[in-house]
Order: sequence, then C-alpha cells, then structure tokens
Amino acid sequence: MSDKPSPVFLERRSYRQRRLVDAARLLPLAGALLWLVPLLWPQDSGPDVAQQIPAVPTSSAIIYIFGIWIILVLSAMFLSAMLDHKSDLRYQGDQPENRDT
Amino acid sequence: MGTLNILIAVCLAYVALLFGVAFMAERAALKGRGNWLRSPWIYTLSLSIYCTAWTFYGAVGYAARSGLEFVTIYLGPSLVMVGWWWALRKMVRIGRTQRITSVADLISSRYGKSGLLAVCVTLLALIGITPYISLQLQSVTLSFSSFAVSDAEGAALIAAHDTALWVAIGLALFTILFGTRNLDANERHHGVVMAIAVEAVVKLFALIAVGVFVVWGLAGGIGPMLERIDASEIGAWQMDRGRWFGLTFLSAAAFLTLPRMFQVLVVENEDEGHLRTAAWAFPTYLFLMSLFVVPIAVVGLELMPAGANPDQFVLTVPLSQGQDGLAMLSFLGGFSSATSMVIVASIALSTMVSNHIVMPIFLRVTRGGASGPSDVRHVVILARRISIGIVLTLGYFYYKISGGGTALAAIGLVSFAGLAQLLPAMMGGIFWRGATRNGAFAGLVTGFVLWAYCLLLPQFGGGLPVAVVEQGPWGIGWLRPHALFGIQGMDPLLHAVMWSLLLNATVFVLVSIASFPSPLERLQGAQFVNIFEHSNNPQSWSGGVAQSEDLMIMAQRILGPAEVQSFFQAEAARQGLAGFLPEPTPDFLARLERELSGAVGGATAHAMVAQIMGAATVSVEDLLAVADETAQMMEYSSQLEAKSNELTRTARQLRAANDKLTKLSVQKDAFLSQISHELRTPMTSIRAFSEILRDADGLKAQDLTRYASIIHAEAIRLTRLLDDLLDLSVLENGQVNLNIREGTLADVISHAIAAAGADMHPLKVRRIGPASDIMLRTDLDRLAQVFINLIANAQKYCDAERPELVIEVNRRSGRIIVDFIDNGTGIAPDAQGMIFEKFYRVSDRQAGGAGLGLAICREIMDRLGGTLGYLPGQGGAAFRVSLPVAQWMAAR
Repeated sequence: MSDKPSPVFLERRSYRQRRLVDAARLLPLAGALLWLVPLLWPQDSGPDVAQQIPAVPTSSAIIYIFGIWIILVLSAMFLSAMLDHKSDLRYQGDQPENRDT
Repeated sequence: MGTLNILIAVCLAYVALLFGVAFMAERAALKGRGNWLRSPWIYTLSLSIYCTAWTFYGAVGYAARSGLEFVTIYLGPSLVMVGWWWALRKMVRIGRTQRITSVADLISSRYGKSGLLAVCVTLLALIGITPYISLQLQSVTLSFSSFAVSDAEGAALIAAHDTALWVAIGLALFTILFGTRNLDANERHHGVVMAIAVEAVVKLFALIAVGVFVVWGLAGGIGPMLERIDASEIGAWQMDRGRWFGLTFLSAAAFLTLPRMFQVLVVENEDEGHLRTAAWAFPTYLFLMSLFVVPIAVVGLELMPAGANPDQFVLTVPLSQGQDGLAMLSFLGGFSSATSMVIVASIALSTMVSNHIVMPIFLRVTRGGASGPSDVRHVVILARRISIGIVLTLGYFYYKISGGGTALAAIGLVSFAGLAQLLPAMMGGIFWRGATRNGAFAGLVTGFVLWAYCLLLPQFGGGLPVAVVEQGPWGIGWLRPHALFGIQGMDPLLHAVMWSLLLNATVFVLVSIASFPSPLERLQGAQFVNIFEHSNNPQSWSGGVAQSEDLMIMAQRILGPAEVQSFFQAEAARQGLAGFLPEPTPDFLARLERELSGAVGGATAHAMVAQIMGAATVSVEDLLAVADETAQMMEYSSQLEAKSNELTRTARQLRAANDKLTKLSVQKDAFLSQISHELRTPMTSIRAFSEILRDADGLKAQDLTRYASIIHAEAIRLTRLLDDLLDLSVLENGQVNLNIREGTLADVISHAIAAAGADMHPLKVRRIGPASDIMLRTDLDRLAQVFINLIANAQKYCDAERPELVIEVNRRSGRIIVDFIDNGTGIAPDAQGMIFEKFYRVSDRQAGGAGLGLAICREIMDRLGGTLGYLPGQGGAAFRVSLPVAQWMAAR
C-alpha cells in the first residue's frame, strides 16, 4: 500500500475535528466503564453481608444508571452536531485500524 | 364480552391503519415525493424493532423477577449506537457500497461470496429466530387472554379461535404485501419502514402512558415512587455480577448480528448521515422505553395477586384499576411491538432463505438455464413469499409444540446467544484482513454446536436426555452441557455464551491464521476492511465474449425490463456506444453484479453472472489476464504513438521534398533562360564573325585569322556545352561504357591536378595521405574527370586571398575517402542541398559553366559504385569522394 506522506501538523480546524473523532471513539468505552461500576456495589448476598455494608437501594441504582444514560445521550448529541458532515471522507485516510493488518 | 369486541375492533382498525400507512408510503416513494420517508427520525424509529413484545411485556416481568438486570438488554445497544464511529459506520458503508441484502449476505460476500457460509448463517438465523417469532405470537395471544380474564364468554371465544393462528396469518399477509412488493435493487421497503415507525411511536407512547399513570396516578409522584421501589421486594441492589456484564455484552453483540436489526440498520439505511442522529436518538428511545419499567413492576407486585404473571403487568395493572382505555393503548403497544418485529424478522429471514437457499437450488436445477424460459424475477418474489410463509408457519408450530413457556425473556436471550455466534465472523471480517472463509466457517460451526448443546437443547422441549444433562454424554462428566470442562455453578446462559463465543472466536482466529484465502476472498477482504479507502469496485470480471444480450435477458428477469434497459443504455452510453448493449467490460459486469446482488444476494448474483460469462470464479489467471489486457492496451497505445511520430516525420520529409521541388522548378526556369543565353552568345558571335568573313572585303590576313579563331573557339564552347549535356544524359540513362583499368590513386590525382592546370593557377594544391600505395581497379579516366571537376571548381569559386586546396586521402571502414577541401567561404547551407542538381549554379555572377559539372560527377561516382557528397563544417567548400572497398581490395 502506497501511503502518501501526510502532513505532520494539521490546520486548527482539522485538528479539532480529529480530536472530536477521538472523543466519539472513546465515548462508548467511557459509557461501558461507568455502567460496569455497579459491579463494585455491595450486595445483600455474598461477602458484603458479613461486613454489614447495606446494599445500594434500587432507587439510587436507577438514578445512577439512567443518569449515565442521559449524559451519554447528550454527549453523543453534542459530538454528532460538532462532527463535520464531510469528515467521513476527509478522515478516512488517517485511521490506522482501517489499514492493512 | 364488550371489552373484547371493542379490543378486536380496535385491533382491526389499527391493522387497517398500518396497511394504509404502508400503502401511502409506498405510493409516495413511487411518485418520488417520499423525502420525508428518508428522514433520520424515521430511521431511528425503525430501529425500535429491537424492542419487541419481549421488551414491552417481558421487561416488566424481568424487572419483577430480577430487579434492574433487565436494563442490560438496553445498555448494550445504547453503547453500540453511541459508538457508531467504530462499527456501525463501517457496516453501513459496506452495506451500501456492496449492496448487501442481509447478514448472511454480508458474511458470505466478505468471505469470497461463499455459498456455503451463506447457507450456514441462514440456517443459524432460522433456528435462532423461529422461537423468537413464536414468542411474539405467544405474547399477543397472552395479552388477548389477559383481557378475557374478566369475561367468560370472551375466554370461550379465544379458546375456540386460535388467536396465534389468526395473528400469524395476518402478519404473513402484511409482510408478503409490503415486504415483497418490489424487487428493488436496493431492497428498501418504504411502506414497511413507515409502518414500523408508526408502531414505534405507538409502543413508546403506550408504555410511557402506562408509566405516567403508574407513577403519578397510583404512586403519587416521583418521590413516593422511589420510596415504594426501595420498599418493594426488588428494593435492594441484587445482581448476578457475571450476568450484568455478560448480558450487556450479549445484547450489544445481538444488536449487531440480529437479522432484523441488520435489515433496518444497514439494508434499509437511506443515508449514512442518519447514523449521526440515530447515534443519540435511539439511546434516548431505549432510555424512555426502560424508564418506567421498574415502577410498573413494583406497582404490579404490590397491586396484583401473588400468582399473577408479571409479564402481563403492563396490561393487567391498568385493567385492574378499571382503566380500559389505557389498557387498550397498552395492548396496542404490545401488539405493535410483536407485529413490527415479526414483519421485519420475516422479511430479513425470507431474503436470506430465498437468496441463499432457494435461488442457488433453483439455479442448479435449471443449470445452464439462467436464461431459460422461466421468469427468474417471478421465482425470486415467489421464493420470498413462500419463505415468509414458511418462517411464520415454523414460528406458529413452534409455539404450538412448545405449548407456550412462561418466562418470555428466556427465549429472547437464547435467541440472542445464538445470533451472537455471528459476531466473530462479522467483526473479524470487517476489521481483520487475515480472516478467511475456512476460519469463519469453523468458528461458526463451533459456536453453533456449543450454543445448541449447552443452551438450546437443554432449555427447550427436552432436546437432551436428562442423563446427558446431569452426567454428561456417555457419563463423561466434563462434557455436561451446563458444566463444560468441569466448571460448575455458573449461570447456564452465561456459561453457554462464554464457552460458545470464546471457542468460536478462538477457532475462527486459529483456522484463519492457519489457512490461506482464495484470491476472491482476499479481494473482498481488502474491500471490506479498507472500505473507506477503496473505490466501490468489488471485483473485476474479465469479460471478452460478447454476451451482453444474454446478460440483459437474465437481468430483465430479475430486475424488470424497464430498469434493466435504462441501466444497460446508461452503461452503453458510458462506454460511448449507442443502443442498449454495452461491451461486457469488467467494470460493467461489476456494476451489473452489484445491481443484481441487491435483488438476489451477492453469492447468487456472482453465480448468475458467472454462468453467463463462463467463469465460475475469478482466479489469479483471470486477474493476470486482466493485467495482460492492460499491458496490451499500453503497448498498443505506444505503438500508436510511434506511428503518429512516424507520420509526423514523413510529413516533415514530404514538406522538405516539396520545398526542394519548388526550388528545382525555379532553378530549371532560371537555367532555361541561362542555357538559351549560353547558347545564344556563341551563336551570335559565330554568326556575326561568319557574316563579316562572308561580306567584308579586303580583310587583313591577321584579322581573318583572328575572326576564324573566335568562331572556332565559340564553336568549341558550344560543343563542350552540348558534350556535357550529352554526357549527363548518357550517364543518367545508364548507357555509359566503363573502361576499367588499373592504376594508383596517386597517379589519378596527379593527372587531375595537371589536367586542371593547377600548376599555372594561383590555387595552391596540398596533398595529404597515403595515396601512392593505393591501387585502384576502376575507370580511371572517369575518376580523373571527377577530380578535375572538383579542382576546377575550387579554382573557380575559392574566394580566399591565398586560395589553397587540400586533397586528403584516407582509408576508413573499408572505403577510400578522398576529400577536397579549400579555404574559401564554402557553400551556403541552403545551397548545399542543391549543388548536385543539374543546372544549378551557386550564383549567376561566376559564369563558369552551365551548372552541370557536379551533377555529372555525382552520376559518374554512382556508376563507379562510390559516392560524392558535400562535407559541411570544414572551413571552406569541401567535397568527399568515397570509393567502395571492392575496387581497392581487388587492386591490392
């Protein structure tokens, strides 16, 4: 594959777009991590009972999980709006994972 | 009875509305007024078929049993949508550029358009989805029964009429009507999509309505609701941690691999830009769908009697509060969820079945007859319709045989786990070029077998004997379906998902690494993985034979005559041809194949074109042939270039010749006047003096002698002129007789110098070179004549102050070269081409002769087998006489 040498530095706008793409890629990972946090919560069964830590009430769990949901939705909305509509074409060349393995 | 009658009426009215909506959407799309059909909101709403009746009813039941675990089913898809930049964007781009029609088509196309893989995926989907469809039928039936509880007559009616059957028939009708209406090349069903978008709104509205009623109507607001939740039996965080993680992952995987999701996500996608909106709008939809699930479950647990089915809380809670209207709405919501899922799932499945099972068989049966008498287009549509019928019949019978399970969600998760087996092959296919067909096949089979053995068979219908489940096959303990490799105590679902996907992926990767892909696979692999860099040309056909007409006949049967004719015409125009038949270039064939694959799937389209083009697969040889063709083209074009250069050269030569001819003509005219003058001058003096001699008397003897000698001299001049002309004429006609003798070159030159009278002339002659020892055997007199002429020319024309002529003799490459070089100004360049022509004289000023000397010399040298030429760039006029080797070789 013959790669054209790409410029080392980008103009400000392209640079901003690329960082937005980075954010768009990271967003689901962040969401997954945050939604895995409930795995750490104490439960009524298991070792936590012995240590007398009360289980998290379901209402708090609901607020946490749905709160994360709203944050994810708003972030996704923000990123969708900010990402250049033509970026699909412009940034296709710089994605390493699209390259030959 | 009254309630039920109204319910049935509402239900029928709702179905009629859906038919109407679908019909209007189709009409609008046909008339090209369907811009609003292509909005990202419709796209987002169509994705909501992810929320089936299982979601609508089952989620509440799930929450009543296991608390917040139900939410994992929505977390996975939300993450996938939010992370659209990773996988969905690529899938949609691939689906659009490669004209992918189904998930089976995607996998088969990626792995070299393999028919085997397509069949494999289709069967897996059929086995995985059929129970799911029966689940939808069951949920509609159950919701009818919920209404009938308060109504003995209604219950009898329900028992007498098989609700599931009627629902199945109605759905089959709708799907056949709007799902197989057209064989559009891009496989989009505007009517269906519009209908499911409406259904999506209905079910969301219904669930929110029930939720709002429960929270504000029954619980008294958000605060009291939260307190009630904490006080209920699902009030404390109670979570199987493995399932929390596992189900989130499983739902994310299923979101990508479920055939119906693929249908709406990729196949029905109108515009990649819609993903941007759906990326946040669809998670919002899921958020709203699950927001009120826990409140409804909690209130249901409080209000309903202990034995009530929690799966029906969405219906029974409003009913128990006498809210029949709300219950009706809720029923419609559930009905919408069930029907939209069944419609899209059966379209997706029927596409797969007809493209990957029925059509290949049909093609094989009518081998060599893809252009036979039967109408392929008709067969495709018929196959789809029958497939839809088969899928729904299978679902119905599964429902009948299983007798209707109680836990709805369990079937859904089993189905998810089955379809998730496609994930390694799919993701590997679009992100890893090293993935091969063998690897995908081996991985799929491994995952499928493990899923069936660990989950499907133990779960349903006693597919495995109890002894096998408890002690393992043949008593081998570590092969027990719920405790593979001796790992006990895991949740069966999680256990099955973990092992099947883990081993599936492992086998996929290992076999891919170990095997070698075919050229077509590698081409397709590169296309898929680098979809954003590649042009959208999937592969090339090396067409050579003119089979466009056959192709047209075949394509017409599938796509319909009007589309095909305009397509062919456009292609012909693109190639610069008039009419309907383009050349079967690889480019054209690739585009045609893509058009066809929209209707019948990639593998079948490839096979059909192959059947006509006579090349079953694109082998390396074919590619080489294409490369050769290119090379030939390049060679041909370079030949053309050479030819055109040659023509340019010839034209230049012709122009030069023409110039020369024009000049010659001018020279000839000049000469004619010159020769008349030359002849006239002596004639005039001869006449004048002879008249004097005749008429004058008493001339002195001295005068007499003078006049007579003048007449004599003039006569001699005339004679010489005429001699020259005669001489030239003789030489030119080849009638000269050569007097061959032997002598040395030195003698000839000396003779010439003497004869030219150079001793008396101011011209100084210098001789250089080994002339003395060169023996010649030629016509020495003629050669001397040439030399004399050259020396005489130098005498006449050398305009130097101290004129000097150098005669230089050389032997060079088998020839004797004699150069005559003087130190005058030489001959002007534009005259150099002319001096050997007859009648040419450098200028009129020096009236030395008639301009025949050099012409005669050149003729003589020709006769002697040598050449005479002008040698430019020597400082003065320079002539080169060259004699061929034979003459002096023989002399030696």
